[in-house]
Amino acid sequence: MSLLSPPAEEQSQTRTGSSRLDAVLRFRELGLVLALVALVAVTTSANSRFLSQQSIRDVLLATAITLLLACGMTMVVLTKGIDLSVGSVLGLSAFGTATLLSEYPSLPWPVAGLVGVALGAACGAVNGVVIAYGRVPALVATLGTLYVFRGIVYFWAGGSRVNAGDLPRDFLDFGTGRLLGVPYLFLIGVLVVLVVGQYLGRYRGGRDLYAIGSSEDAARLAGVAINRRLLQVYVASGALAGLGGVLHAARYGTVDASAGSGLELNVVAAVVVGGVAIFGGSGTVYGAALGALLLTVINNALPVLGIDQFWQRAIVGALIIAAIALDRLVAVRVGRSLRRKDSHVG
Amino acid sequence: MSAEPARTRLSLGRLATWDVGVVIVTVLTIVVAAGAVEHFGTTRNFGFLVLDLAPILLLALPMTLIIVTGEIDLSVASMVGLTSSLMGVLWNNGVPLETIMPVCVLVGAVLGAVNGFLVTGLGLPSLAVTIGTLALYRGLSFVLLGNTAVADFPRDHTAWAIGSIGESWLPNVVIPIVALVAVFVVVLHATPIGRSVYAAGANPTAAAFSGIAVGRLKFWLYVTSGTVAGLVGVFWTLRFSSARADNADGLELTVVAAVLLGGVSIFGGRGTLPGVVAGVVLLASLQNALRLADVSTEALTVVTGSLLIVSVLAPNLTSAIRSAAHRRRRPRPPDEPMHLLSPKRERTAS
Amino acid sequence: MKTSRLPLRGRFAPVALGLTLALTLAACGGTTQDDADDEATAGGDEPAATADAGGEFETGLSIAMLPKSVNNPYFEASSTGAETAVGDLEGEYEYTGPSDTSASSQVSYINTLSQQAADVILLSANDPNALCSSLEQARAAGTSVVTFDSDVDPSCRDAFVSQVDGAEVGRTLIEMMSEQIGGEGQIAILSATANATNQNAWIAVIEDELANNPDYANMELVTTVYGDDEDEKSFQETQGLLQANPELKGIISPTTVGIAAAARYLQGSEYKGQIALTGLGTPNQMREFVKDETVTEFALWDPTALGELAAYAGAAVASGIITGAEGETFTAGELGEYTVGADGVIVLGPPTRFNAGNIDDFDF
Repeated sequence: MSLLSPPAEEQSQTRTGSSRLDAVLRFRELGLVLALVALVAVTTSANSRFLSQQSIRDVLLATAITLLLACGMTMVVLTKGIDLSVGSVLGLSAFGTATLLSEYPSLPWPVAGLVGVALGAACGAVNGVVIAYGRVPALVATLGTLYVFRGIVYFWAGGSRVNAGDLPRDFLDFGTGRLLGVPYLFLIGVLVVLVVGQYLGRYRGGRDLYAIGSSEDAARLAGVAINRRLLQVYVASGALAGLGGVLHAARYGTVDASAGSGLELNVVAAVVVGGVAIFGGSGTVYGAALGALLLTVINNALPVLGIDQFWQRAIVGALIIAAIALDRLVAVRVGRSLRRKDSHVG
Repeated sequence: MSAEPARTRLSLGRLATWDVGVVIVTVLTIVVAAGAVEHFGTTRNFGFLVLDLAPILLLALPMTLIIVTGEIDLSVASMVGLTSSLMGVLWNNGVPLETIMPVCVLVGAVLGAVNGFLVTGLGLPSLAVTIGTLALYRGLSFVLLGNTAVADFPRDHTAWAIGSIGESWLPNVVIPIVALVAVFVVVLHATPIGRSVYAAGANPTAAAFSGIAVGRLKFWLYVTSGTVAGLVGVFWTLRFSSARADNADGLELTVVAAVLLGGVSIFGGRGTLPGVVAGVVLLASLQNALRLADVSTEALTVVTGSLLIVSVLAPNLTSAIRSAAHRRRRPRPPDEPMHLLSPKRERTAS
Repeated sequence: MKTSRLPLRGRFAPVALGLTLALTLAACGGTTQDDADDEATAGGDEPAATADAGGEFETGLSIAMLPKSVNNPYFEASSTGAETAVGDLEGEYEYTGPSDTSASSQVSYINTLSQQAADVILLSANDPNALCSSLEQARAAGTSVVTFDSDVDPSCRDAFVSQVDGAEVGRTLIEMMSEQIGGEGQIAILSATANATNQNAWIAVIEDELANNPDYANMELVTTVYGDDEDEKSFQETQGLLQANPELKGIISPTTVGIAAAARYLQGSEYKGQIALTGLGTPNQMREFVKDETVTEFALWDPTALGELAAYAGAAVASGIITGAEGETFTAGELGEYTVGADGVIVLGPPTRFNAGNIDDFDF
């Protein structure tokens, strides 16, 4: 390809309805599933305990929170944005929820949970307003609020920590409890993935996000209310991070000001590995969910396989690069085949 | 080259005000802090200040050029960590320091070249690539050194890293800083290379048509970024006389924040090095002054984040107000899509 | 990229590489680790000042506590103790520090305190060596440095207030574990970071006891993992431990973050009651887990008393009552009289064990 030929990704990013393109896109999710299966098989052959009930539960529990954040991040990335503040928002919400519950033990915990989600949504609204109406690039805005929200948690929490003993019994039970052997937290994560998946795939609002990410100008001409959609997306991402914070508090029982620090990169990694294009317009939340699951399984498999835990970060990094390189390769090939088709017709 | 006048015409008012603004705010901050904050205006404190801002300033130089071309390098802090770890491992294996230091800088260059190849050779988005190498390089750094620290570097070297020039208060590290800042300022603002950097950021297609090898330019910018990161890795290790895998963890965000605060546009094509230097100094002196005034750490975090947002929001708001005034006379120009990096950035594939 | 060639490579590469290489190549000769070792042994300097034993504490001292990070309840408790002591000594007290546990941010705070001309810095170090040069500068400017909780190289501080005798902690931990698993079976350790000075010293004692003490002949330490004092990491490492070692009987976690995370994991898993967990934890953190019998017994010292002793030790150094030499004594208010041990170490006392019987008597 020369510099002057049209960039291939534009073609792959627009859903043409061609079955071939869909096959390629589905291929990504299939590839992730295969990678997962292979990884689990290898690990299990090394240690059969890896497929024990307890171990599977551990993986599901560990994936649950990343799943939520990955859903929010997928929506944001689809619009060509990014939300780096999710870790800080999660921390703020986790600490807020835990503090509320420890100070008012008689409060039913779902109410406190809603407060946590609302707190997250409010943070998301700040991002959304700055990005959609202030015209500040998402990377800059959410990098700024990453600091600001974390600063607020530190300010609020100081050196204090909410301990498991301060939290109501039923809230903690919810964090570890399960339905038919599946942790509640994971069920919530899956539910959110399904809802967001349906919304992105079948509803006007969801399709608008793809449109904005593919070409904002075209979307505007087509009558998409861009600012409103962007605001909604960041509020949704914030609310999901808030929900993640509530689940974090329930799961760990101990919350201090640093909860969720550095989480944003894991979430971005999950989304990218899951095949969501970092420059918008392409990808599904199911892919992102599989990406989150794959990263968690790798995390849990390394100690079982006896691989030095220090390799974990390096492997995640290599995976991200491999994933985007693969996307690029697929995009180039699809672009080529589409052009060939065009030339037959014309 | 063609883009230079275009840049000046497009944004002279906004650019000049922001750059000059940052410099003025920086000077004011230092003057006010020297008057209001006890112990701030002493030469000893300025020495500490320079040592604190040295790594950020050094990393900000190539970062500025990269962001001006419309790309980003989030892996800088991980490259610092990896070269620091490497330095520890080599030292433990009895390699002389005089060999270790150039090797570390060279390895930094290679790490940067990997970034550059992935971005320009394969045409991958730099944001995603460098998030990937951020994790990869930091991971390798832990693989090399694990959680151990190497601390027995020779005294005369570590003393140099924190020492002062002769009897003055100026830390030794001022020498490489001044040298590098001078080189980068000259290259960006007074050579064809610098004009290519702006052209590549302002409009890559036009730049390519006017004969600039955009990909090669970006590749070498990433190599430069890695080289400087290697240098900072050596300095960091000597300054703290401690080679650790987690050295400089998270520093990339501070560097990007300082560059943006200095008035560089995240979309590329705009920004100046004097503005960036002022941005770095502003951040560092604010933090130093607030710490001396016993203002809590939390406030520092909030101030950094808010400054970052305001640095972009303020010019946007002023230009919005200005264009509202214009609109009475002229039809509204199509809005530039402004979230994330430049949306129409054309990727080049090989 | 196959577009036209501009002479960019020719011009840019030398600029990038040449300059930086020139800078690093400035020094010459061959400095290797062996040379440095000689140098280190040559520079063992002793405090030159002599102690004014039995002297009075000065009043009006400015004493600052610099913890590993400020968002940690453990140091908050130490700070309370130090503040009480400084109040009794009629000094000025300040509690300041970074929000992340990195050595480089602590350096900035040491410089700031030294710049503010603090009389005493009470420091819990994030790295034994990285802080040394700035501590030396601070001491040269007249600030006394007393470390507590986590030490630096002895040459860079005046005294170290240790929470407990290291050997004592190790022995207490292995003894509690042995009691809980009936003296036989596999055990594992969930530590903080791999280079945490305290934890490694205690683990060495545990290993030594296992090897040489006939009481523990039937116990085997299978592995040590590191949770980096992060909740999530410790949680995951506990999971990994139990999966990788099906025969595991017990876990020792000699760090407050690790033991709480491990307890939380056990509480919600099928291993609850099957796996013994002990280590070092604060009563407030562990109350929940002791009450529901996830954990039987654990130990810790009183961090408030630790902070109080550190403040008295700092004031004693600044007042010239002690210099950090072995055998000197000073009185730390209500805590009583303390003697400086070898290498300037002052030991608080034996650890306290907490179990269902006494845990409600403590609040920290």
